[in-house]
Amino acid sequence: MLYLNIIVAGLLTGAVYGLMALGLSVIFGVVRIVNFAHGEMMVLAMYGACLANAGLGLDPLLAVPLVTLTLFLLGYALQRGLINRYIARPDHEQFLLLLAVATMITASLLMGFGPDARNVQLGYAYDSYQIGAMLLDKVRLLAAAGAVLGAAALSGFFRFTRTGKSIRACADNQFGAQVVGLDVKRLYAVTFGLGAACVGAAGCLMLLLVDVQPYIATDYTLLAFIIVILGGLGSMPGALFGGILVGVSEALSGFLVEPSFKSAFSFGLLILVLLVRPQGLLGRA
Amino acid sequence: MSAALLEVRGISKRFRGLQAVDNVSFAVPPGGIVALIGPNGAGKTTTFNLIAGAMVPDGGSIVLDGADITGGRPDQACRAGIGRTFQLVKPFGALSVLQNVMVGAFKATADRVAARRAAWEILERLGLAEKAENPAKTLTLPERKRLETARALATRPKILLLDEVMAGLRPTEIDQMVRAFADLSRETGLAILLTEHVMRAVMALSHHIVVLHHGQKICEGAPEQVARDPQVLECYLGHAQAAERPGA
Amino acid sequence: MRASRALGLSPRAAAALGLFLAVMLLLPFLVNAYIVSVLVVVLFAAYFGQSWNIMTGFAGQLSLGHALYVGLGAYTSAALFVHFGLTPWLGMIAGMAVAALAGSAIAALSFRFRVGGVYFALLTIAFAEFTRILFDHFGWVGATEGLFLPVANLAHDDPVRLRGSPVMFYYLLLVLSLAALVLSHSLLDRRVGYYWQAIREDEEAARALGIDVFRYKIAAMALSAAMTALGGTLLAFYDNNLYPDTVFAMGRSIEIIIAPIIGGLGTLFGPIVGAFLLTGLGETMTNLSTYFEISGLKQWFYGAALLAIVALQPSGLWPWLSRALGLWERRR
Ligand SMILES: Nc1ncnc2c1ncn2[C@@H]1O[C@H](COP(=O)(O)OP(=O)(O)OP(=O)(O)O)[C@@H](O)[C@H]1O
Ligand SMILES: [Mg+2]
Repeated sequence: MLYLNIIVAGLLTGAVYGLMALGLSVIFGVVRIVNFAHGEMMVLAMYGACLANAGLGLDPLLAVPLVTLTLFLLGYALQRGLINRYIARPDHEQFLLLLAVATMITASLLMGFGPDARNVQLGYAYDSYQIGAMLLDKVRLLAAAGAVLGAAALSGFFRFTRTGKSIRACADNQFGAQVVGLDVKRLYAVTFGLGAACVGAAGCLMLLLVDVQPYIATDYTLLAFIIVILGGLGSMPGALFGGILVGVSEALSGFLVEPSFKSAFSFGLLILVLLVRPQGLLGRA
Repeated sequence: MSAALLEVRGISKRFRGLQAVDNVSFAVPPGGIVALIGPNGAGKTTTFNLIAGAMVPDGGSIVLDGADITGGRPDQACRAGIGRTFQLVKPFGALSVLQNVMVGAFKATADRVAARRAAWEILERLGLAEKAENPAKTLTLPERKRLETARALATRPKILLLDEVMAGLRPTEIDQMVRAFADLSRETGLAILLTEHVMRAVMALSHHIVVLHHGQKICEGAPEQVARDPQVLECYLGHAQAAERPGA
Repeated sequence: MRASRALGLSPRAAAALGLFLAVMLLLPFLVNAYIVSVLVVVLFAAYFGQSWNIMTGFAGQLSLGHALYVGLGAYTSAALFVHFGLTPWLGMIAGMAVAALAGSAIAALSFRFRVGGVYFALLTIAFAEFTRILFDHFGWVGATEGLFLPVANLAHDDPVRLRGSPVMFYYLLLVLSLAALVLSHSLLDRRVGYYWQAIREDEEAARALGIDVFRYKIAAMALSAAMTALGGTLLAFYDNNLYPDTVFAMGRSIEIIIAPIIGGLGTLFGPIVGAFLLTGLGETMTNLSTYFEISGLKQWFYGAALLAIVALQPSGLWPWLSRALGLWERRR
């Protein structure tokens, strides 16, 4: 039963990971840019939720719309103003660009908030539900529910709205999209904004579960990479699936082996998948 | 039969639902110049890819100089004696024109000076010598096609596969290229398999023509003979206008 | 003059290089200990950048995990020294062998399974991080507690056992970096260099010209890894202490690659120019930020400088600098 509890906890955390990674996957799938500043954006969102909590007294869950919108706008502006010029440039130049952006985000957070860890005090932090022998943390359940909702909303956007469909067309065939008169630049900016918005929501939800400090950004970037490659770079269900897989693997290895070993398991899983199925578990060949 | 340099026996290739090459056979004799023609999408480039090892055929075999090279890698095909150009040109953009050709020349020799000399000779033969020191990315499209040819030639192939290298050239330039290839073949005994939509070049250059349509060989023979074939006229003349368009 | 011709330099460039070398040789006599320690950092960065440049600049395979080879070189030679008293020069060779093996294995696995481009880059990170965590739990080399080399207060430098002052390391690194420069140049001038560049520019075309792409990529990785590991040995004996979380750090991998990129990827002098610029920048920022005492200010300027470079000179400073000084490097 202990195992079940651990697995379920990992699963719920993994859903939030999945939402974060979804952002990376969407950006890569459409804009073909690997967002090396992903973890930094995540941490930025977490601080945004902290601020909303400290300044407006908002629960991180209620801060989701605000932070998500802010990150959308930031992502949109970043793509439009800066990254778009580097789309056709070699990999290493894109890498350097996003590294510079990442460095500046972390540095700004350091200047604004200092290096110490922060969190939010929640009245329900230690509440839990008992279902049979299973014990569910309320925060984890809420976070996971939020993540699934977020992913569903994004998927709905891509399926049912005009812009969403255009973005999909653009991802399939950029040249064709241009030929039929789609404004590719704007669509890319919207996509980057949406990717950032995923991170915005995920950041708020994550704050329910963990503390935040500027230097954990790189860990989140790596985590997002692992997840999307596991699931298949560019695949939306793959990102969620990969997130849950990593969440469960982290929880189990943290419990069975040693907490410090948990990311080794994730990396091991990643290496295995890349070699056996390079397109990821749910990616298209 | 075994007199042929390159012998293609019943090769096929299918892409998902599309039979791009369907049981095609033909042969190129030593020193021969054979043209593979057909409307757009007939399967010419795919046939080249199969011969050069860029794709593995679903069936059939490819024999070069008596050795079965079916299913080998592209670099193995090259070392076996097949030089090929790409219809969608692939220059090494950051390298100079001379260096591009030297990469090819290094197949025959590890010595830099010898490779350099061999590359110069080829550039002069193909009229690219003045551009030798320019970065390949600065070339125009027709020049890039010539660079493709030069690079492939530098590997000293037994047979050269030319995929629409004359597209976009002016008529006088086409005549120059035709002469260059004819001389090359005559002087060095090089065999050539080419695809070309420019009929003027095909008729002037080739000894033998193979016609593909929807992946199948519909006819082959001497140029005059093929030009009179009613089946060829039917499938081809409908496309004649498109075919003469440069860069098609 | 023969040396300058061997490097393919114009007389003017040869004179500039000679002047630069003379200055570098004399510098330790002219400056204080702090500057020497900064110069050691510069030379480490230059040498690691040169090693990485072979893999990514010449052969075009983006590796983001080169800290792995620094760590393998450092740990192998340091552990052999601490446990068996083996001279670092032999330990260095062992470390290079281990790194070359690891590099070839990673490259072989990736390229055999057609993992390329971004996926390859992320795979190199994964291997480096995985190894870092393994070393965190590797008791024989001290795990997270660290591995320490005994520091002897010697009256004079002992190059045989690599115990000595920063000045000794300065000269060792200078020689090493020069050797890497000559090696890089000679590689570029040979068949293998042409083949690597062809692979970098277009793999399919390279294959069609008879190049066994798989083999040449592995060779690039093995050489690059071995050279990096050699630097790792020097780093271990310079620092005297090794922790997995700093030696194998992702941050180190990134530092290794920034210098050659901003200097000019794939060029001979780019890694060196980049190392000077980057280290100088970092030191200036550190000194400035101690005045202001705002945490994060240094990183902010650092990020802004990177942004400026990638915006203004995306193909690196060296191509621009050499043109400005009239020192055309003959070849990319
Ligand atoms: N890699 C591929 N995957 C799927 N379909 C392909 C592929 N390569 C070619 N095809 C299809 O196979 C058919 C034959 O293509 P191929 O390029 O061989 O024609 P071609 O005769 O060279 O035409 P063109 O004169 O336009 O160059 C075409 O319908 C093409 O769309
Ligand atoms: Mg074709």
